[in-house]
Amino acid sequence: MERTFDLQWIDYAIMLIYFVFVLGIGWVLKRYMKDANAFLEAGRSMPAWVAGLAFISANLGALEVMGMTGSGAKYGMMTTHFYWIGAIPAMIFLAIFMMPFYYGSKARSVPEYLKLRFDEKTRGLNAILFAVMTILASGISMYALAILMEKVLGWNFNLSLILSAAIVLGYTYLGGLSSAIYNEVLQFFIIVIGLFPIVCLSLYEVGGWHGLLESLAPIATSKGFAPDAFTTTWKYSGAATSNPMGVEWYGVFAGLGFVLSFGYWCTNFLIVQRAMAAESPVAARKTPLIGALPKMFIPFLIIVPGIVALVLMNNPTSGFSITDPTTGQPNYDLTIIMLLKHYLPSGVLGLGLTALLASFMSGMAGNVSAFNTVWTYDIYQSYIRPATNDAEADSKHYLKVGRLATIFGVVVSIAAAYLAGLFGNIMDFLQTIFSMINAPLFAVIALGMFWKRTTGHAAFIGLLAGFAIALLHHGLTAPMGASTLVKGGWISIVHVYPVEMAQNFWTAIFACFTSASLAIGLSLVTKQKKTDEELVGLVYSLTPRVNMNEGKWINRPSTLAWLVAIIGIILTILFW
Amino acid sequence: MLDIRIPIGLLFAIFGVLILAFGIATNSYPDMYVKSMQININLWSGIFMTIFGAFMLVWGKLAKKEE
Repeated sequence: MERTFDLQWIDYAIMLIYFVFVLGIGWVLKRYMKDANAFLEAGRSMPAWVAGLAFISANLGALEVMGMTGSGAKYGMMTTHFYWIGAIPAMIFLAIFMMPFYYGSKARSVPEYLKLRFDEKTRGLNAILFAVMTILASGISMYALAILMEKVLGWNFNLSLILSAAIVLGYTYLGGLSSAIYNEVLQFFIIVIGLFPIVCLSLYEVGGWHGLLESLAPIATSKGFAPDAFTTTWKYSGAATSNPMGVEWYGVFAGLGFVLSFGYWCTNFLIVQRAMAAESPVAARKTPLIGALPKMFIPFLIIVPGIVALVLMNNPTSGFSITDPTTGQPNYDLTIIMLLKHYLPSGVLGLGLTALLASFMSGMAGNVSAFNTVWTYDIYQSYIRPATNDAEADSKHYLKVGRLATIFGVVVSIAAAYLAGLFGNIMDFLQTIFSMINAPLFAVIALGMFWKRTTGHAAFIGLLAGFAIALLHHGLTAPMGASTLVKGGWISIVHVYPVEMAQNFWTAIFACFTSASLAIGLSLVTKQKKTDEELVGLVYSLTPRVNMNEGKWINRPSTLAWLVAIIGIILTILFW
Repeated sequence: MLDIRIPIGLLFAIFGVLILAFGIATNSYPDMYVKSMQININLWSGIFMTIFGAFMLVWGKLAKKEE
């Protein structure tokens, strides 16, 4: 099969212009980076719409785009569970209930909130786990993109890896978090506009949405599902065997909709940092909501073309294939790039490839800018060189450390990318393990915010125990047909899940409940070391209500939250 | 600080004009638009991006005036 693209000068020109702009933004911002606060927290100066688009763009990394288009081809519209039930409720909750405390506490990071609310050891545990996880994630996505570029475009693996990392380093080193955020906004538009031609052309080819439904019916029935199984979301979730995803509604609802999504959206500093950089408490509250508006429609940009790819794959005359020549198996990660190749002529093709590069860069810059903040404030300032009395000299010093951490983060990411190439399975395993820290973290932070009795010891033990239970559950269960121990069952197999996703859902559910119940129990028997005065601004019941409903109703966060909720419900019903 | 609308507007205006011109120049090439089912997708994308870029530039300039 012909795999290489026929790129013309215009495609390269578009990529080059994009690189110039990305670095140019960093260059322009360089002169504003006078202290650590400007570099690591963007001086808390971002308008809500900028922070909101950056919020969603940091989440729209290359792995997300590749993975979700692939999931569209594999599971159909059920993939939207990751965007609707698996994101919207959590984003509204973060905006309305949690953001006032993250922002109002003056904490500079999520680990620092843990320090203020609980104690040093809870912060330390979270900071170190977060730092390792972030770098790992950044390395894995770098590897995934570079290998794709090598396979499909024939670009040199080392060159594309180093070059893309160097550009990300360039603009984050120059302009810090501001540069990462501004570029994320730019990248958001590039991703949307660059991938939009595929949406139009793919739907046009299959005859619109109705044509798509008709083409999918025989494919679904041949796989043993109802004819509309690939274009509905909840309809066939009564039994795991009757839908392509292999999950039941309660697993999706509790595992994805509650534990995993609240764990991810409400505690992941990479995400929360964008809202913390907003210019005011109201803007910080609006940030996740503004992000939620495009989030709800991203499925039409990346999942729907994936579903069309499923039709194309089953039509031998289309010439479309994602089969890996070495294994003979479909490689769903290839879906998006093969769609680009299938539909786009030179010109928009360069734009589409730029969109993929942009998604990679927004994800990586997000990781790097979150890493350098946690490293500088929560590890370096806490354990290596505490602040002195000279605030001005300190700020200069931590700016330098933040810059060095940026270089360090990128270099270690590159190393992690090469490790991912050498020990792919182990890296997958580590990523699965680290993804398990979010669910217990949500349990602990939510308890801390809404129950003033929660103590530091309880939080720490709760986190550790949640993590241990997650490991134990992963070690004792396996998805059906798992051939390697990294998928689970490395202690002994006591339960087999039909699919890996169900295993992940239940791992998170067990971890979250263990954490929550232990933290509640231990809080009742340990002594609260923080006084009520210390907890003002950190705990719901002790914080004076700020009137968030000033001004015209149209500008209020609550209005926006209702709007998001209503659109989410309408979409869910339309694609039920 | 920097108003991000300006660089976004500028970038898409450049992309738009470039791709639009490319679309016009290649309009008569027989093989060029086989993949896109004979739709000159460069032309349409180019038009759309030029408009979007201009919109961002105007919006950015207006916001600056207000200050």
